[in-house]
Amino acid sequence: MPEKYHIKTKPVPPRMPRIGKYGVVDWREDCARCHNCVKKACVYDRYRQEADYIRNLSNVDALFFDCMGCLSCVQDCTKGLLKMAVNPEYEKLGDSYWTPDIIKTTWLQAETAKIPVSGAGYRGPFSGHGFDSMWTDMSEIVRPTRDGIHGREYISTSVDIGRKLSFLDFQAGRVTKNPHPLVSIPMPLILDMPSGTHTLPQINEIIIQTAVNTDIIAIIEWRNKPVDEKKLEHIAFYLAQDSPAVPKELLKKTRLVEIADSPRVRERIKEIKETHPKIVIAIRVDLTPGGIERAVELAQLKEVEVIHVSADLNGDEIGVQKPRFIKDMIRQIHTTLIEKGRRDEITIIAGGGIALPEHVAKAIICGADLVTVNLPVLIAMECHLCSSCKPGMTCPAKLEKIDFEYGVGRMTNLIAAWHDQLIEVMGAMGMREVRRLRGDVGRAMFFENLEKETFGKLFGTRRSN
Amino acid sequence: MANYSEQEEAIREILPENTVKTLVPHEKVARVVKYAPPRYRNEIARYIVHRNGKCKLCGKCAQLCKYKVHTLKSGYKYFGEPNNHLCIGISCEKTGHYCVANCPQGALELKESSMYKAIGDYRWPADLILATWKMAETGDVPDEAYGYNYQCGNSGGGFDKLRFKFPDKPPVKLSEDQIDTSILLNKRDDGRPKIRIDVPWYGGGMSFGSVSNATQLSKARAATAWNTFTCTGEGGYMERMRPYDEHVITQVATGLFGVREETIQRVPIVEFKYAQGAKPGLGGHLLGDKNTVAVAKMREAVLGISLFSPFPFHSVYSIEDHMKHIDWIKHVNRRALISTKVSTPTDVDMVAVGSYSAGTHIVHIDGGYGGTGAAPDIAKKNIAMPIEYAIGRVHNFLTDEGAREKVTLIASGGIRSAHDIAKAIALGADGVVIGTAELVALGCIRCSRCESGRGCPRGIATTDPELCKKLNIDWGTQRIINLYNAWRKELVRILQRFGMRSVTELRGRSDLLMHLDYTNDVGVKK
Repeated sequence: MPEKYHIKTKPVPPRMPRIGKYGVVDWREDCARCHNCVKKACVYDRYRQEADYIRNLSNVDALFFDCMGCLSCVQDCTKGLLKMAVNPEYEKLGDSYWTPDIIKTTWLQAETAKIPVSGAGYRGPFSGHGFDSMWTDMSEIVRPTRDGIHGREYISTSVDIGRKLSFLDFQAGRVTKNPHPLVSIPMPLILDMPSGTHTLPQINEIIIQTAVNTDIIAIIEWRNKPVDEKKLEHIAFYLAQDSPAVPKELLKKTRLVEIADSPRVRERIKEIKETHPKIVIAIRVDLTPGGIERAVELAQLKEVEVIHVSADLNGDEIGVQKPRFIKDMIRQIHTTLIEKGRRDEITIIAGGGIALPEHVAKAIICGADLVTVNLPVLIAMECHLCSSCKPGMTCPAKLEKIDFEYGVGRMTNLIAAWHDQLIEVMGAMGMREVRRLRGDVGRAMFFENLEKETFGKLFGTRRSN
Repeated sequence: MANYSEQEEAIREILPENTVKTLVPHEKVARVVKYAPPRYRNEIARYIVHRNGKCKLCGKCAQLCKYKVHTLKSGYKYFGEPNNHLCIGISCEKTGHYCVANCPQGALELKESSMYKAIGDYRWPADLILATWKMAETGDVPDEAYGYNYQCGNSGGGFDKLRFKFPDKPPVKLSEDQIDTSILLNKRDDGRPKIRIDVPWYGGGMSFGSVSNATQLSKARAATAWNTFTCTGEGGYMERMRPYDEHVITQVATGLFGVREETIQRVPIVEFKYAQGAKPGLGGHLLGDKNTVAVAKMREAVLGISLFSPFPFHSVYSIEDHMKHIDWIKHVNRRALISTKVSTPTDVDMVAVGSYSAGTHIVHIDGGYGGTGAAPDIAKKNIAMPIEYAIGRVHNFLTDEGAREKVTLIASGGIRSAHDIAKAIALGADGVVIGTAELVALGCIRCSRCESGRGCPRGIATTDPELCKKLNIDWGTQRIINLYNAWRKELVRILQRFGMRSVTELRGRSDLLMHLDYTNDVGVKK
């Protein structure tokens, strides 16, 4: 039996004080000093921890916000002195897309590498923008393909990047066609370059090492700087239009390279393939208003193997007033390529707005072969997404001082947790292979369709907001 | 009765210390509403009334307030802490008995509580939690003066956007006792008992392990009082449930924990659990910390290890296999009705018809936003459709297939109030299953920590001997009885406004509903 894909993890505690959702405010003045103080009865022992925490405090403004929000102490205090409040710092995290809840769950996964599990039912809105307007399906009694919990070890999450042969031809037991080069990675995830607004020292080294640990690939912009040659297998250089050429000996050790879209795309592919025929070349297409058409157009070219479509950080179309969302754009590209008979010839990598592990599964259902992420791994290192990472500004997470081991550990943990969650949803869907999930909208339910099919029949037309 | 003490001894041997302490007399539980006050000293409230040092103890506030916020216990010199949860807040300003304005010393202040903003979520906003507590306390919906929205949540879709189109005047005037809220659970003519429940809902499956035996018993006793059912979940159930056996459904789930011939034979309804709405396709989950001595004994498992009920039933890969399972139970218990609990995939309608043809009496569909003792967050939000979509689909498909009058359709997964129940029935269900609402009645605050460590800090969803003590069975029973009473009253009011004599008349009347996001012009002549 071949070796299983397994990411080695160990807990990496946070460097900064935790920013929890709840804090308990204590009006000590009126305390009766009773012997049955509720603080001693905290099930989670938070008050004792708080005392230790305050004793060792170096930063006076960092309060202890690790309350679990059960309100037992608040409700039981003899004199009713305790009050619970939502931490204002918590509410300030992130933005409307990268919500505080997303940031908190990412931090937790980066610390523990575990799947977040909780009690009680779902707490959020009925549906929402973007990926929140679709649900994945599950398999019930009548579907024979499901695997269930015991089948999890058989679920494959590996994907191939590159052009696949649509059929094989044999003569005298031998394949007559030469297969195209393919890059296989064990998880449908690529670490994308950090966005321009979030740059940090050693971030590239940390990302590359994470890619090595998790056996995936990191896209790194080629800037003619020295790289560790042992790690080249896990690096895909990104070549902007004006990037200097990658030295031949370095390029030959990589498996994937990404080039910026340009009118000279064909020539550049030719040049690179001449140097390294076995390399797979991806073309990065920004999802600007003409982005989808450009991606489809590129897919018609016989030289093109992989297209990496990239929306903005929130998954929106770039530079438009009313942007379309990445999931809808992927669906459009996917279905257009099917109509044109080119879908299986091209690998589609999609990026932008992938914030949670379910987004990976949902983007693949919509038609991407695999996805890229950049912000989640940054958040893993306790980034608040406050967007003040410019020279002269203070980073609340002190990201400029991160330790290499810490960064790699946190990112690796996050990816391991995502991988486990991807397997969870695939298990529920009854899918054994992430490759077969691509474009399988039968394994998903879309808000618009469900509304139309059920409420549309009863209540007429849905008013647009 | 000679061997009664022997039996008692045997129970003590099987079950640990804390279970025995919860022993309750085998008495009939009366369907009587009794005031069941909050069990914590400081009930969470929307407003906080603060009495500052200027107070001269004149007592005017206590005289004025008709909600009894200010009290001076006899024999006490000082006023107690104001009963914040009874205060109606700022709307009191318009009345003549506003304590803050009338205090001669200006010693009273009123402000919105920070906790009101901190508790609750989209599905269960603070209003709904506080209102449910009030219902469990008093047995009726909260006074209008409180201004709680107790009808729906704030999730922005599904039930929360559906409203009833009430006629201006009821077509017929009906008094409360002219309205029948009972439903029939066995619609097949197969010689098995025609079980009827007095209210169109019953309690959902919560296993011993996920909740304490005090919780299970409170639910069972309330179900007995209301002549409806409660479900044991899959972790077996204790001997202490025996007096209430006629109101217990037991589950056969994939892990078969605590499932024995004897447990199946004890009860009138047996439920097959294929999937749970909160974690469809993933199976059951009991994290190691909650697998205490008592749970391990009941489930015949090893102490302290996480218990998984694997998905799926590996012996069921088709409707025919399902039928074989049903036949098995029907032979083991000749009087039992069969319920099939499934979640809501795209083809939920097919599954429902399939289960019907396999011989089930009750098709129980559990939507994606249902409750759970522990589930991966990724599953709760993303897998399977919300129940609001599924009910109509299944109802229509069963009708088209000609099977609708032969099977009882029960919906669950996000039913939080009497209005949700009525909406689910109007969409096409016969009745519903509730879970979280009962726990809220017992004082749950929905902190979502049921799974962690020793379990629920409020003693509801835990088997920790110490935490279990926080919940008293008699109190818990009364709270649930009160909640049921409030819901039934509210349901009756809805039926009164439509002039319906029975809740069964409401079934499938989606024409009485409107959706706030739609044009609502279907069937309207233009």
